[in-house]
Amino acid sequence: MSFKLPELPFPKDALKPIISEETFEYHHGKHHQTYVNNLNNLIAGTEFESMSLEEIIKKSSGGIFNNAAQHWNHTFFWNSMSPNGGGTPTDKLLEEINKNFGSFESFKEQFSKAAATLFGSGWAWLVKNPDGSLSIEQTSNAGTPLTDNKTPLITIDVWEHAYYIDYRNARPQFIDRFWEIVNWDFALRNLG
Amino acid sequence: MDEKRRNIILNTGIIGSAMILGTNIITPKASANPQNQGQIGKHQLPPLPYPTNALEPYIDARTLELHHGKHHKAYVDGLNKAELELEKARENNDFSLIQHWSKQAAFHGAGAYLHGLYWESMSPNGGGIPSDKLGNLIEKSFGSINSFKAHFAAAAKAVEASGWALLAYRYSDKSLYIFQVENHQKLSPWNVAPIMCIDVWEHAYYLKYQNKRADYVDGFWNVINWKGIENKLNNIIKEG
Repeated sequence: MSFKLPELPFPKDALKPIISEETFEYHHGKHHQTYVNNLNNLIAGTEFESMSLEEIIKKSSGGIFNNAAQHWNHTFFWNSMSPNGGGTPTDKLLEEINKNFGSFESFKEQFSKAAATLFGSGWAWLVKNPDGSLSIEQTSNAGTPLTDNKTPLITIDVWEHAYYIDYRNARPQFIDRFWEIVNWDFALRNLG
Repeated sequence: MDEKRRNIILNTGIIGSAMILGTNIITPKASANPQNQGQIGKHQLPPLPYPTNALEPYIDARTLELHHGKHHKAYVDGLNKAELELEKARENNDFSLIQHWSKQAAFHGAGAYLHGLYWESMSPNGGGIPSDKLGNLIEKSFGSINSFKAHFAAAAKAVEASGWALLAYRYSDKSLYIFQVENHQKLSPWNVAPIMCIDVWEHAYYLKYQNKRADYVDGFWNVINWKGIENKLNNIIKEG
């Protein structure tokens, strides 16, 4: 099957000034599009052509894995944000966060630190583990928690291309502002 | 983005670059010698060997200003912090965080070193072709200057995520060798002395080239400092 670049779940200017329209033009229109194009080119005529994206991610390596996982990660990242986002998680999600991290504030602090201290390019995630507990994960480059059978709830992209136009080298500022647009409804749905 | 907003971001970036490492900025003590003379935690940011606008239009002034003043400085600070923490660990005989600080020292130490090599790999009077001596060694190692350039550029363009392409002198067979580095320290071979490198972290080119890393790498040949690279090679061969 051939993969398509998904539409952003909000207009390109909906998250400014936290994330500019210019950043989305490159990040969604160029970077994400390139991963989709590369993936389609790489799987053409291979066993992966008939697989779902998740299957490809779990069974492939090298270039196919990198492009498939980046396609998945970026789609998940767009959904992790919303113009109506921010605030605090609700219901069961808030209970689980309190249970696993002590408090929402403590969770935010740990997640921000994981995102800020990741070496090089990568992602920080809130995930649900197979035993039901929540944890914070860092993945490098195209890495994704899917390969460890973990269920991602939200993610933040800390590749430099995610924030360089708007924040330059100041990655921690980008992370601070992310809390104003994080989509807790999406996270709650992922918690199941 | 308008220039005013860029400046606001730039001016507030200082705190960010320190926080990104989870460290405090360590102000180096004034010293006539840019080296730290072997003192623990006293590495200093070397000056850029040319003005920030000297490599225009291939590398823009704004990029060099941030890249040297913020990114490179953050690696020097990160190395100093790690060294001081390791010194503290020895003094207290408490090595419980040895893995953490060893990784910090490797990442930031390599970042600090490679950025210095990168500045020296370029010159406002760069470009052209290498002198006979360096050119002959390149031909011996890679077949021809053109094959070397094709190989090196392909390596740089294809580095996975953040990293570098390096040209190094290999002691064992006295030849030159090209390799990719991920982040600042992964995939590094031993038994080699680096003589030239190109930074392909996105921060090296994003303001001017955005997602077009290949265009940035192609532009690099216009500023490559062949003379400086040959000097480095001569010193390495002399010191053996």
